[in-house]
Amino acid sequence: MTSNEHQGKPNLPEKDNLPAEPGQQRLNAPIARTGMFGAKTSGDTSGYGRLRVYRPAPTASERPYSDPDDPRTAYFDEVADALERSLKEVGTPYDAAIKRVVVDRGEITFHVQREHLVEVASRLRDDPALRFELCLGVNGVHYPDDTDNELHAVYELRSITHNREIRLEVTCPDADPHIPSIVGVYPTNNWHERETWDFFGIVFDGHPALTRIQMPDDWHGHPQRKDYPLGGIPVEYRGATIPPPDQRRSYA
Amino acid sequence: MTTPTETYVDASGGDWDEVVAAAREGQPDRLVVNMGPQHPSTHGVLRLILTLDGETVTEARVGIGYLHTGIEKNMEYRTWTQGTTFVTRMDYLTPLFNETAYCLAVEKLLGITDRIPERANVIRVMMMELNRISSHFVAMATFGMELGATTVMTSGFREREMILDIFEMVTGLRMNHAYVRPGGVAQDLPPGTVGKVRELLTEMPKRLADLRKLLDANPVYLARTRDVAYLDVTGCLALGVTGPILRAAGLPWDLRKAKPYCGYENYEFDVPVSDGADVYARYRVRMAEIEESLKIIEQCLDKLKPGPVMIEDAKIGWPAQLALGPDGLGNAPSHIAHIMGGGGSMEALIHHFKLVTEGFRVPPGQAYAAVESAKGELGCHAVSDGGPRPYRVHFRDPSFTNLQAVAAMCEGGTVADVVAAVASIDPVMGGVDR
Amino acid sequence: MGLEEKLPSGVLLTTVEQIVGFVRKTSMWPATFGLACCAIEMMAVGGPRYDIARFGMERFSATPRQADLMIVAGRVSQKMAPVLRTIYDQMAEPKWVIAMGVCASSGGMFNNYAIVQGVDHIVPVDIYLPGCPPRPEMLLDAILKLHDKVQNTKLGVHRDREIEELEQRRLRALPLIQQTEEAAR
Repeated sequence: MTSNEHQGKPNLPEKDNLPAEPGQQRLNAPIARTGMFGAKTSGDTSGYGRLRVYRPAPTASERPYSDPDDPRTAYFDEVADALERSLKEVGTPYDAAIKRVVVDRGEITFHVQREHLVEVASRLRDDPALRFELCLGVNGVHYPDDTDNELHAVYELRSITHNREIRLEVTCPDADPHIPSIVGVYPTNNWHERETWDFFGIVFDGHPALTRIQMPDDWHGHPQRKDYPLGGIPVEYRGATIPPPDQRRSYA
Repeated sequence: MTTPTETYVDASGGDWDEVVAAAREGQPDRLVVNMGPQHPSTHGVLRLILTLDGETVTEARVGIGYLHTGIEKNMEYRTWTQGTTFVTRMDYLTPLFNETAYCLAVEKLLGITDRIPERANVIRVMMMELNRISSHFVAMATFGMELGATTVMTSGFREREMILDIFEMVTGLRMNHAYVRPGGVAQDLPPGTVGKVRELLTEMPKRLADLRKLLDANPVYLARTRDVAYLDVTGCLALGVTGPILRAAGLPWDLRKAKPYCGYENYEFDVPVSDGADVYARYRVRMAEIEESLKIIEQCLDKLKPGPVMIEDAKIGWPAQLALGPDGLGNAPSHIAHIMGGGGSMEALIHHFKLVTEGFRVPPGQAYAAVESAKGELGCHAVSDGGPRPYRVHFRDPSFTNLQAVAAMCEGGTVADVVAAVASIDPVMGGVDR
Repeated sequence: MGLEEKLPSGVLLTTVEQIVGFVRKTSMWPATFGLACCAIEMMAVGGPRYDIARFGMERFSATPRQADLMIVAGRVSQKMAPVLRTIYDQMAEPKWVIAMGVCASSGGMFNNYAIVQGVDHIVPVDIYLPGCPPRPEMLLDAILKLHDKVQNTKLGVHRDREIEELEQRRLRALPLIQQTEEAAR
């Protein structure tokens, strides 16, 4: 990497679908990492100690969501309009339910307020213009730096009737990790929500039986969180010891 | 039947006081059977807790997690390319599908989906279809064995050996290949592969016909599988079940046709569908899918044109011109000469080193890529924070979702039907537990 | 024709240990303990190409009560570990364990919270078989090595004496990195 602007990104033409990131906004973003090497115990021998890597601020996309150059985004505006109309029919204001919308890499993500999640999900399933019959499960992501929004739950929805795919993202703070369960709307989420509870500690209110599913029933802690160690053992081979992967010196 | 004589309580494990309490107050004609994690069925470590009333199952619960490996968390500490090696071991009967779903998600994050060389895409399709055939053969083999037909097991594994030979020739391993890498595939097809695949294409229909002759109209087989474990389209969609089970219920939904990837839109094949929605229909659908896969593989062989198999971008693509060296397989001598010796540059060596140890960086964001695996929709949700390692990778595994349907399929049937139902779902516990 | 024709004067001399070892090794029944990917290779060993029936082992017994050999094929998770021990305890003596694959031998590539780092934390292992997954031929090789071991196990007083001797030798062994085969044994 010879130039600083390159920032290690692959040689892609700039007009592609990376989220737009003005410089000042990037500088105002929270710092994700300082320094280059993973070991913080010894003195900085690398000269990279003053490196600052910023986590890019969450971007919001503006209307129109459909990009005429990208055929994958053709239905985004339609879906957003239909969702807005459908929510208005049941009296939920669109701006209260949907915090922001992100269109990135040919996929649309609706960031939903957790109080309105069940409402939005049932509208997405039942409205004939939306008809997202298939929920492809919940994924949890833990962002420890994102204060008050540490735990994200990501729902992928697929519409077989219209052959479309969207994503819903719901956040909740570590202090109050509750998200309403949509098992009533999409029964397939039963095990997925149990798994997300098991791995992240997100409590899904209204789930019929929120218990551990992958870990043993009496396990303590939620393993896939970032503050849970990987938990390996050091490996000894011919006199040398190699620590488990999360304690090795990282070069990135 | 009216006067209950004894009370049965499952007493193998658990707190003894609880067992005694349950024995005292439990309903006298209910029996809880634990088909524990280790059992004769070869579907891996699946635990079924059945409440029986005589021979009828009144309640079926599934216990999973006995093979949980923490693969998703492990991947957060390895580079994006090393993720392939982990991901391949999830659903270990369809390793290439896992790899392809992961690589498609990574390529979507990198934005290079349309720059993957065509030959790489054709090879990916061919390997995936071969994997679909081998997975269906294992499904049929283990299904036969669980029903008590051991001949089906031995013939299924024998056919599968032919496909594993091709895998070994191309990727070096019989299983868990780590062959599909972000940007293309690990190495090109060695000479002789096309001939071997053509041999397979001539041999396999005969073997398949033999198997069908044995099972399709077999009265014992029909009696055990007709009208067993019925799950119609509504049930399937509510439970999120995809794959052969959904197609056997009547809905011709296949991601290869609906949202084509890797160039599937250029291949001619049908989506087999049946409307029996029972175990027999799923068996027929799987057999038909094997035949369709053979068609696709033939088209792949015709589409193979010489070209690169890894993306040309030097910042992403691992060196894929491998050759047989003195100590086994390694980088091509020309590549080594370039990076090490005279005529080569220090920068090339540094570049190779950095690319292999640190890996390429993926711009921040998230992406979801789904493939139609042999078991259903296999989706990979990848989140990147801009670094050379995944921030979070989650797999939507079809077996995990399909297993939720066990209760809906089994309750009301007999114990023997539970075995048939679970076998027809064809769960692979590595994918379920990850 | 048979063994009887080859014997000098129709008499065969052997020891009870050899007879017992021969009988045990030729009819060893494996318990089905296939967990993950290695289980598929184990099933392939039972298939017609890498035939395990030639060693008398095609009868994989599902119930551990009738099994002699437990081939731990695959990664053992923390949830599965007690089950593994229960199955091992349910097997009757004499019993042997092959740790098939790197995950069973040492935790494999999964050095993390969820996998037991080597099944010898739970059960005593006789043969460790590396590979991810090991080829069926490798599993057969491991089984043959186990057969050699079984054929040559000592019984009774000889066994106690052998155990004591081994213990003394190991107590005397120095923790050298370069250890030759003799020093290791």
